[in-house]
Amino acid sequence: MTTVTPKGMPIPTQLPKPAPPIGAPVRITGAQALVRSLEALGCEVVFGIPGGTILPAYDPLLDSTKVRHVLVRHEQGAGHAATGYAQATGRVGVCMATSGPGATNLVTPLADAHMDSVPVVAITGQQTRALIGTDAFQEADITGITMPVTKHNMLVKDPAEIPRAIAEAFHLASTGRPGPVLVDIPKDVLQELTSFVWPPELQLPGYRPTTRPHGKQIREAARLIATARRPVLYVGGGVLKARATAALRELAELTGAPVVTTLMARGAFPDSHPQHVGMPGMHGTVAAVAAMQRSDLLITLGARFDDRVTGQLSSFAPDAAIVHADIDPAEISKNRRADVPIVGDCAEVISELIIAVAAEYQSGRPDLAPWWQQLHNWQQTFPLGYDRPTDGMLSPQFVIERIGALVGPDAVYTAGVGQHQMWAAQFIRYEKPGSWINSGGLGTMGFAVPAAMGAKLGRPDVAVWAIDGDGSFQMTNQELATCAIENIPIKVAVINNGSLGMVRQWQNLFYSERYSQTDLGTHSRIPDFVKLGEALGCVGLRCEAEADVDRIIAQAMEIDNQPVVIDFVVGKDAQVWPMVAAGTGNSHIMSARDIRPLFDEDGS
Amino acid sequence: MTEHTMSVLVENKPGVLARVAGLFSRRGFNIHSLAVGPTENPDISRMTIVVAVDELPLEQVTKQLNKLINIIKIVELDPAMAVQRELLLVKVRADTTVRSQVLETVTLFRAKVVDVSQEALTIEATGTADKIEALLRMLEPFGIREMAQSGMVAMGRGPRAITAGPLR
Repeated sequence: MTTVTPKGMPIPTQLPKPAPPIGAPVRITGAQALVRSLEALGCEVVFGIPGGTILPAYDPLLDSTKVRHVLVRHEQGAGHAATGYAQATGRVGVCMATSGPGATNLVTPLADAHMDSVPVVAITGQQTRALIGTDAFQEADITGITMPVTKHNMLVKDPAEIPRAIAEAFHLASTGRPGPVLVDIPKDVLQELTSFVWPPELQLPGYRPTTRPHGKQIREAARLIATARRPVLYVGGGVLKARATAALRELAELTGAPVVTTLMARGAFPDSHPQHVGMPGMHGTVAAVAAMQRSDLLITLGARFDDRVTGQLSSFAPDAAIVHADIDPAEISKNRRADVPIVGDCAEVISELIIAVAAEYQSGRPDLAPWWQQLHNWQQTFPLGYDRPTDGMLSPQFVIERIGALVGPDAVYTAGVGQHQMWAAQFIRYEKPGSWINSGGLGTMGFAVPAAMGAKLGRPDVAVWAIDGDGSFQMTNQELATCAIENIPIKVAVINNGSLGMVRQWQNLFYSERYSQTDLGTHSRIPDFVKLGEALGCVGLRCEAEADVDRIIAQAMEIDNQPVVIDFVVGKDAQVWPMVAAGTGNSHIMSARDIRPLFDEDGS
Repeated sequence: MTEHTMSVLVENKPGVLARVAGLFSRRGFNIHSLAVGPTENPDISRMTIVVAVDELPLEQVTKQLNKLINIIKIVELDPAMAVQRELLLVKVRADTTVRSQVLETVTLFRAKVVDVSQEALTIEATGTADKIEALLRMLEPFGIREMAQSGMVAMGRGPRAITAGPLR
């Protein structure tokens, strides 16, 4: 039997036992088998909404003392909450919905979790077996629909298969490259009586993720690391998923190489560490982008050469040899050819690299001082920064920077998608893994509030702040009602610039300042976010002047028995800088509007 | 771009063909030919997929296919080291004036007549894609009424089986 040990489960050595204990098979309904399976797998919270076909599952759920169900207001909220929970805890996030529209509302969060490799299990009701394929009421072919946006999915047609399906879903979601798995269960399968046996035997003959890296490749990588003069540790979300941050720090300090952390890896390496040169990519720091462009060796760990990191691929890091370690072999050489491909779990890869690199250093190591001199030069000449808006309005960057400074590195920060997300990635200092949760790959507006709700449930002991935009916030703020009723006291900082800021920025830069459909009217208080927050059971606060920012953040921090919404009314003209315009090479990074750092030799 | 023949062992479960076909279309890979059928093991089906891609995208196709949970094993078959066959059924116009000429072609290609009527012959032929193409070229002047062609099935030469090993 394959042991079900989803990565990050609290008791990784053995399966938690269901109550009543193992013995002869028990006669129960498929729905009871589902709830028992969830309990046995250590699932402590399910986000969902009941409806026609999933109704049978909600009956035994009412009696479960181990699984808490959180009734959300929209299935998209359930999916993102499961993602936030999973990202904050490392455990599998679970969401549940009924068939048809309930299931299709999960498509966006599943696609989101798929792009960001988040372990999520979605359980959906389905029309009864006899009605499948007849266009019955609330019937949707959800396994067909979600095939491209899940790691795997299954339609369970026999109640006896439920425990195995759920155990397989948890196993698939949490091992290898994590990802979402959907289990679709027809209503009559949930109702039928079956024999419940635990633990089930997993039947996944085609699933064998490689976690141990190849020794020869490790030695080859170590040899390159020990001779590179301009190495860069290019760190992606895979390092967080593998819980390899301590090992990463050891490797970084051993090699003395600069570290860049991608949008998905913020917090994987402390921002305060002197070797951290920032986030790479379209809105990365000049130092991080330049370091990669000028590098002679990219030591790529759990990252995937995303287009937002590489810019124009053909001109990306032209002189760099590539060491690429990832648990997913399909990522290696997908975008950029790897000179040393390493398939394996980042934790194992990094620990083995530490040993191999230390061995290589016995025959000497290169002097990285000239490289650091260049890096420090970039850092000092082009630090992250911002100007106050000329119209006297509040600066969004200032607000976000102050939230980070006052709330501190122990909190969890989530974000929606847009300018505020980039500023939150840039101006909050992340020191710890799991402290930054955002929608990186799919770029899902509306992610912040439900993700914060999930994160807060997973880590009730820490403060959870959703940094949201006024556009993103209006997509999913209904979940604040869930937070208020279920006592999930998150903080939401709405960075209200009155518009779809990132789109507006592009219109300003690339569409001759023709602002087509980006004014949201939120500066005329439609809606009034303070009143909206209050209507949803939160404390509503507003801040419009720089002098009030610290006081209002402190006021929000005092409130612990209710969610808080703060309407930070900020200027609409602030822009995210630095920026590599889409489709251009990273050497064309602009540190601010029309200011291009002059990279020594190429000048183009 | 060169053609590559892949033998893919998959779990015999509903939806697997849709997963494979969906993967090809969403990743922008073009399937040239595809054949699915049972194997000696009832739990496992075998797909023979012919794709026209360069070396690097082929590596991506293989890796992406391998990520599908229901796919058990993928082997690329070297045409020189494999037997490749397609099946053709073709209905050719053949009244008494030309029937003997058509039959002569059938014999030359070691094909078979499987149905006969006053005006037409239905011919069955197996072979490589080249042979099938050549046969069709020869039959075309007589008038092809209808044809149906299978995807290619293929198997490596020699005593070894791709199913041996981890499978039962």
